[in-house]
Amino acid sequence: MAGVTFRDELPAASDRTGRLSHWVTDWGGVVIDAVSTVGDITIFVYRMFIWMFTRPPARGTMLRNCYQVGVLSLPVVALTGTFIGMVLAVQSYRQFQMIGLENRLGAVINSSLVRELGPVLAATMLAGRVGGAIAAVLGTMRVTEQIEALTTMGADPIHYLVVPRFLACVLLIPALTVMADFMGIVGGYFYSVVVLGIDHAAYLQNSADHVTGFDLFSGLIKSFFFGGIIAVVSCYRGFHCEPGAEGVGQAATAAFVMSFVLILGVDLILNILLDAFYYNIWSPEQAP
Amino acid sequence: MMGELTDTYASTVGDADPFADPIIRLRDISVQFRHQAVLQQIDLDIHRGETLAIIGESGCGKTVLMKTMVGLIRPEQGSVLFDGQDLSKLSQTELTRIRRRIGFVFQNAALFDSMTIFDNVAFPIWQHESADDREIRERVMERLAEVGLPSEVATKYPAELSGGMRKRVGLARALVLQPELIVYDEPTTGLDPIMSDVINELILATRRNHPVTSVVVTHDMRTARKVANRVVMLFPRRRLQPGQSQVLYDGPPSDLDHASDRRVRQFVRGEAGERIDEMTRDFAARAAVSSPANPRGGTGAMEGESNDG
Repeated sequence: MAGVTFRDELPAASDRTGRLSHWVTDWGGVVIDAVSTVGDITIFVYRMFIWMFTRPPARGTMLRNCYQVGVLSLPVVALTGTFIGMVLAVQSYRQFQMIGLENRLGAVINSSLVRELGPVLAATMLAGRVGGAIAAVLGTMRVTEQIEALTTMGADPIHYLVVPRFLACVLLIPALTVMADFMGIVGGYFYSVVVLGIDHAAYLQNSADHVTGFDLFSGLIKSFFFGGIIAVVSCYRGFHCEPGAEGVGQAATAAFVMSFVLILGVDLILNILLDAFYYNIWSPEQAP
Repeated sequence: MMGELTDTYASTVGDADPFADPIIRLRDISVQFRHQAVLQQIDLDIHRGETLAIIGESGCGKTVLMKTMVGLIRPEQGSVLFDGQDLSKLSQTELTRIRRRIGFVFQNAALFDSMTIFDNVAFPIWQHESADDREIRERVMERLAEVGLPSEVATKYPAELSGGMRKRVGLARALVLQPELIVYDEPTTGLDPIMSDVINELILATRRNHPVTSVVVTHDMRTARKVANRVVMLFPRRRLQPGQSQVLYDGPPSDLDHASDRRVRQFVRGEAGERIDEMTRDFAARAAVSSPANPRGGTGAMEGESNDG
């Protein structure tokens, strides 16, 4: 009997060891890949900064990228901002009316827009529109050997392709954020005052009392970071695109998803830091 | 092994000077991707003035070898000497200076989609020289005419041209800085026989009109026979026995049909031979590895079958 038990247990133990070994191998592979990707991105960003400060991109290349990132994104950012302002008015009105504070709607809508929704939504829209396009264009250039062609002709692909896109995103996403904020404020005002009939003077007074320069400052600071994230992630994804149409599609999708997740994560960290900055340095008298 | 073959053959190379320093010298080159050896211990000298065709079946590493020669791929082992300078020891600036002396014609031309044909051909001049607009225009038009393209194409975009025209623009771009070495990656792939012959004639005309050394990677035997005065045949590393050289042939194109290695003769004639049996065996082994009894199958021996070229 003992012999039978022994034979039965032996394969099971071996199977368990095998499974454990495979599990360790799989997770080891995932960790190695993750560390290697972080290392790759760090080197990528380092090279980008070296080029950025040693040899600025050509004016023509810079203008073309600014046009793509800034001018062509204006309509979609303006439209998104307008609708968000109006949606905030629709969502908040009933709650404030129940407690008789509907005249304070301006403060809520405008500070939410300027501090949080304007920068995050503008960045999200741009991660989709600009980030996806950057990853697809660079991915196609990778797949069709255009990036290698640049190298063979003595042009550094990071200098020629990445630096102008990074600068365009970092410089113009704050401007687009201001546009999203402005259109959101206009949309919120229109719906609150014209459609819901809230007193015009009270709406504006409450807005002016509660939206501070620091709100605008914090929104703009965040948008610089979001612009940098979109550019670096999208360019990196495009440069490391897998071959074929599917590879280009995956690069564009991954650029958007990775940018979006990073935007939200960095938004949380920046909110914590800016909050600390506000209560300790900007306006310590208001510290709780 | 390869060095001996090269030395023996060197005396028969047509217009190349076999006693001159080679323009490119590869020594003990090994390249691998994701633990898959693509090139192993390759030695090869390319002499000034010769036209070398590198042939071999898909996935044998001929494009990788060519990209290693011009510093686009860094080998894991060995050295690449261009005009006596080790590419792995050069700074980025020095490497850029070397690349000015090399023209590269890509398989699908690799023209920049966002630029006109004029801008594509002028791009290397903008990168390396400070010529005035009139001189740039003259040089671009001269190169376009040389490859048989009318001046009207200069304002078009790559997407508006046929495959053959794009390849010719790629050649014009490679020639615009008057390089010492031109490398062609599958110059006739995807073209009809007439256009293939046009490209072959252009390669020959380029050699006649410019003092260039040419390296042509191809699996088109018509191209290899027509343009080359020396042929090197590579064999996929994974299908060789340990200790066997990856270079199966190094000699003039006229001797290809009488090569001592059966695999060379089969390739030249386009005969599958025992390759079908090998593929059937590979398929069976792959099926066994990925069977339900082996749930982690497919991650071992067969990996990298198609991505090592």
